[in-house]
Amino acid sequence: MHMYKLFQKTTLTINVILTIAFRDIAKLLRDRTRMLASLVFPVIFIGILGTSLQQNLGQGLGYNFLVFVFIGVLGQTLFQSTAAGIISLVEDRQNDFSQEMFIAPISRYAILLGKIAGETVVSVLQISGVLIFAFIIGIPLQISSLLSLLPFVFFISFFGGAFGVVVMANLSDQKSASQIFPFLLFPQFFLAGVFNPITKLPLPILIASRIAPMTYAVDLLRGVYYWGKPEYAKVVLFNPLFDFMVILVFGTIFLVVGTLSFVRNERNK
Amino acid sequence: MELKHIIEVSHLIKRYKKATENSVDDVSFFVEQGSFFSLLGPNGAGKTTIISILTSILSLTSGAVHIAGFDTEKEPHSVRQNIGVIFQNPSLDLNLTAEENVRFHAVLYHLYPFRPTYSLMPQAYKNKVMELAELVGIQNDIHKPVKTYSGGMKRKLEIIRSLIHKPKVLFLDEPTTGLDPISRKNVWQYLQEIRKKEDITIFLTTHYLEEAEGSDYISIIDHGKIIADGTPSEIKEKLIKKYCVVDAKQRDTLKNELDFHKWKSEGVGPFSVKIEGETGQEMIQKIKTPLSYLKLHNPTIEDAYV
Repeated sequence: MHMYKLFQKTTLTINVILTIAFRDIAKLLRDRTRMLASLVFPVIFIGILGTSLQQNLGQGLGYNFLVFVFIGVLGQTLFQSTAAGIISLVEDRQNDFSQEMFIAPISRYAILLGKIAGETVVSVLQISGVLIFAFIIGIPLQISSLLSLLPFVFFISFFGGAFGVVVMANLSDQKSASQIFPFLLFPQFFLAGVFNPITKLPLPILIASRIAPMTYAVDLLRGVYYWGKPEYAKVVLFNPLFDFMVILVFGTIFLVVGTLSFVRNERNK
Repeated sequence: MELKHIIEVSHLIKRYKKATENSVDDVSFFVEQGSFFSLLGPNGAGKTTIISILTSILSLTSGAVHIAGFDTEKEPHSVRQNIGVIFQNPSLDLNLTAEENVRFHAVLYHLYPFRPTYSLMPQAYKNKVMELAELVGIQNDIHKPVKTYSGGMKRKLEIIRSLIHKPKVLFLDEPTTGLDPISRKNVWQYLQEIRKKEDITIFLTTHYLEEAEGSDYISIIDHGKIIADGTPSEIKEKLIKKYCVVDAKQRDTLKNELDFHKWKSEGVGPFSVKIEGETGQEMIQKIKTPLSYLKLHNPTIEDAYV
């Protein structure tokens, strides 16, 4: 009897997670403007920033700068869009169907997990657009190395989601969430070396760079992509296994701590 | 045992963090099963705070709230399974179809397993959706995106969605805000119909006074305290001065007559006469002076409230 109840409860929770995730995916697919908008930033970063830096500074680097930026933007997009999706939960709590989620007799953990799962798929769908763009402008990407990134793509989205949860849980009202979040995010673009090589840094920046969670997300993707290639030593900071462990440990901590404080703060206002 | 008081609130106090005053200040009331209860008050009076606590999305500072016999603090999931909520802001995903909005709701309330398309959903679900859609007349638009819906249709969709898990109490937080008068009337007509059909208790917060007049019982709240309660007619009785307006060609004769009966009147003609101790009809029957004008003032809740 006890086992049956547990089974029943698990099935219900999986149902809820699937529903919440599916809602996010369906919302993206129905919203053409949003799909286009999600391409704008990566296209600017890679198409304008990447190509201009490649033309002007890229010669002496010893590796293709566009590939470097592309993998960086991939990591950044995955991390950021899942985090932003979670942050939007705070704003959405007063709007649209999210109100329904928060009043339904379901666990908060299921809501957050469903949201992370949904946003993960959404950001993976979004980067496939970026990928097509990369091939159109002729970035010399190696397909087999790109394919080896696939499992890590989901892992990094999860990490972005966990980061989003911990930020959201500590920003009680919606205004501060949408105002502070960019400040927590944008510096990480540079600290994580999405567009800029960060193998050599002055000490204060070095410390900040190693604290920024996005650093490990970007470095993991580069570590896997450049594995066994001659540029590896010039581009990658840490062994991919180390990045993986950092993300696993801190992702779990973010998720657990964030969810606990979210649940605690939700009704106590 | 039949549960008579579907909602029980006793000595409810809510003070928000960092606030110096109680937003809800020692409020007690109950609502009988199957009745229509209105909480009436101006903006900022504490209506939304009370409805948030009753629907278990906000914790209380002290006191106790029971919905359908469940404690909102200790058993929020059981409370939620037994209530439907229509929020002040529309709670629909505009890019999804009406049916998808209903389907997601149904799965979140553990009624049906999740399937990505309508055709894969169980027949019982399909029947229920169509039955409810027909009830409010949106069956032909049920597979259209909600963004093509009018304001009134959206509200109707929210109402049928909230009914799919057969709640015992339906909470409506200012439900007709932003609707034109015709849609508003239309939505209420369906609500009353549904209420009779499903034997559901309605808990309404509003500052639209004419909406509260259709209810069985009204509590008026201001500054976090209930300042008056009763049936709509009792509220009128208690709080509103009833009067009739009379005039005659021979004003002096009329005035003398009014004074003779020791009725309180105002004005130099026409006269406003306060109705006290006897009915308006009884008073008018006593007047012998031929009247040129007669009007019985029919009070609305609005008079009490302002």
